[in-house]
Amino acid sequence: MSQTRDLLVASATRIFSDLCTRATLEAADEGAWPEGLWSALDSTGIAAASRSEPRGGAGAEMTDLCALARAAGYWALPVPLVETWLAEQMLAAAHLPPVTGPVTVGPVMRRDAVQLTRDPAGWTLRGVLHRVPWARHATALVLVADSPEGARTLVLKDMPAVTEGWNLAREPRDSLRFEGCRIPDECVGAAGAGMGRPELYFRGALFRSQQMAGAMERVLELTVAYAKERVQFGRPIGKFQAVQQQIAALASQVAASSAAAEAAAEANSDVLARFEIAAAKARIGEAVATVAEVGHQVHAAMGFTHEHSLHRSTRRLWGWRDEFGTEADWQAWVGAVAASVGGEQLWTYVVASRKPDVGPPLP
Amino acid sequence: MLTSFSLSSLEMPSHLQSLREEVRDFLQTQLAAGSYAREPSGWDRYDAAFSRKVAERGWIGMTWPRRYGGHERTSLERYVVTEELLAAGAPVRAHWLADRQFGPLLLAVGSEAQKRDYLPKIAAGECYVCVGMSEPDSGSDLASIRTRADPVKDGWRINGRKVWTSYAHKAHIMNLFARTAVFDPKDRHTGVTQFIVPLDSSGISIRPIINLAGDHDFNEVVFDDVFVPVGNVIGAVGQGWQQVSGELAHERAGSERWLNAYGVLVHLLQNVGTAPERHSAQTIGRLVSHLWTLHRMSFSLAGLLNQGITPQVEAALVKDLGNQFDQDIPEGARAVLQEEDRAGLASNDRFNAMLDRALLYAPSYPIRGGTREILRGIIARGLGLR
Ligand SMILES: Cc1cc2nc3c(=O)[nH]c(=O)nc-3n(C[C@H](O)[C@H](O)[C@H](O)COP(=O)(O)OP(=O)(O)OC[C@H]3O[C@@H](n4cnc5c(N)ncnc54)[C@H](O)[C@@H]3O)c2cc1C
Repeated sequence: MSQTRDLLVASATRIFSDLCTRATLEAADEGAWPEGLWSALDSTGIAAASRSEPRGGAGAEMTDLCALARAAGYWALPVPLVETWLAEQMLAAAHLPPVTGPVTVGPVMRRDAVQLTRDPAGWTLRGVLHRVPWARHATALVLVADSPEGARTLVLKDMPAVTEGWNLAREPRDSLRFEGCRIPDECVGAAGAGMGRPELYFRGALFRSQQMAGAMERVLELTVAYAKERVQFGRPIGKFQAVQQQIAALASQVAASSAAAEAAAEANSDVLARFEIAAAKARIGEAVATVAEVGHQVHAAMGFTHEHSLHRSTRRLWGWRDEFGTEADWQAWVGAVAASVGGEQLWTYVVASRKPDVGPPLP
Repeated sequence: MLTSFSLSSLEMPSHLQSLREEVRDFLQTQLAAGSYAREPSGWDRYDAAFSRKVAERGWIGMTWPRRYGGHERTSLERYVVTEELLAAGAPVRAHWLADRQFGPLLLAVGSEAQKRDYLPKIAAGECYVCVGMSEPDSGSDLASIRTRADPVKDGWRINGRKVWTSYAHKAHIMNLFARTAVFDPKDRHTGVTQFIVPLDSSGISIRPIINLAGDHDFNEVVFDDVFVPVGNVIGAVGQGWQQVSGELAHERAGSERWLNAYGVLVHLLQNVGTAPERHSAQTIGRLVSHLWTLHRMSFSLAGLLNQGITPQVEAALVKDLGNQFDQDIPEGARAVLQEEDRAGLASNDRFNAMLDRALLYAPSYPIRGGTREILRGIIARGLGLR
């Protein structure tokens, strides 16, 4: 939308492309933390982009953040950038001061919940969280916890030990167990003041959709380039019609995904537009199957190697489509909305730029 | 290329919403007055009376200059009006091709006399056009057509045969593609000329070709020494191929490419109630997420057309996805409401008729207006693969 976004995206893209090198990605695959990359994101303000100006940040709009998230997905950025933005959005909503990243958030699973109780000695946290993104590398964890008075946002600055886990892209997805963990008063927000668990889930889905759209653009680019350069039977394989037809189908899925990602980003510029988030995650998640399948088919054996970089995008796509709701989950949610809207009103609902919020709390 | 679907540079003028409301009010009134109903054939119905009503509202030739009967509105305004009419299943087929393709073609390359003769009548909803491209031996390979136009005194004499010509039996004129020079395999895209052919010219015979649904939509049109005057050449002699390329983006970009089976979804929702079980909700939600995405993509294309950009590749891509959607709707619907459920529906329920129609017509969508394979070839060319 804005010039600011273009500048922000341009400078971020420069950092992503300069620092997201093959060596960085390989090391991240092996579990290393890319300190150089993160400090560049930190010093340029990209890590704090979601912070408002009064809170000491660039005050990037949601559409800006989404454009950056697409670029981050394109470059397969091996750091919790969107998680850090999300954490700040949670803190701001709960009127808690910002924390320096990398930060991560939870719960990210619908069935996970943590409880916050108070006794004369202060706040205590209990519960288990699964698949928390990047927890082992985070300096803090921003959580939505249930308390007797309602949901509260809290910051955990002494990170507990984690049980390590990974998604298909070898991005850390760790489990944490809290058994009476003490939380200082100043790290706990007022009841009902911040984001609820459902909203965190929707926002997570929005960012994952953006990352997926970016990663798909990369797959398309790699695939077209490979089809032009790989020669068999005396000509580039891209000259074979069977290959062209497959790549065209891939391109259609990527175009639909980009359109869905941008539409969701715009709809969420100032309100939480849940239908658009749901429809985008459903549409983009579904597209992953074709995008990855065709990308790999065209690259054949070379694309199946660790050496080739195709899998850095496709493994992320396979991981991300399952996070914050699979396409099946979101399809069911969108279907429930459509059913409650009804056949005659469906069209009006779908094309409206502002929609009545009618869906269930979570998919 | 894919960033063309970005709407970031596209202002969303608020008057578009009031225009939408205007169309919806019109449709509501017409529906109440019984001048149309949502039928299985959706918008694909020839209804001259209805077309004239649409014309009275100024919704045909919307973007054309006033001096030709147009209304000088934007492509985005046209987009909004047309998609509201299509989604409601209003019978707008009669004027569709004339409004979408033929008018813009004349404005781009037609003579002053042609514009004065035809555009006001089209904009009034009184002149309907069919397209004569395909022949028995020329479908995707349009350049290979054999129907010939030979120069004679004051005009041209046409001989040959067109097939699959939709609504030739109801239209007033044909936009004919005919060969005016011998086919040159080294320069395939020359020697084809477009003509305006009044369908009541002597020497024309139109025979129905009944389609698999039992409907009379397309025809065989035979030309036996048909004379057309010199003034009926559209644009330049021999330039038909170049002229049609621009036209195709208009033909492929619109919402009519993914609003053919929409009535099935409407009636499906009326039958599943407000709380369908998970699997049904999933099937419906998948379709709705596609609908929402396609709408966004078509709207973006309208934005490009509005800026005078002709998005050939993007239009091909939306048509390909849209054709798939028109096939996915009936497939999804029959999975949600199965044979047993359908047998139990009330006899006045339109769902079964809607579904039958959509299933029978499903094969036609990725064929007409450029087959899936041809479209994907265009996309591949856009990606630099050919
Ligand atoms: C309902 C309907 C209405 C129509 N209305 C009109 C009309 O009003 N006016 C008009 O002029 N035409 C009309 N058509 C015709 C339509 O434009 C043609 O059917 C279409 O262009 C394909 O031509 P064809 O049927 O001869 O198939 P062919 O071109 O013979 O193709 C047969 C198959 O081969 C594939 N194929 C062909 N060439 C290639 C290639 N180079 N690479 C890969 N695959 C290829 C095609 O994709 C297709 O799958 C209509 C068609 C239908 C179904």
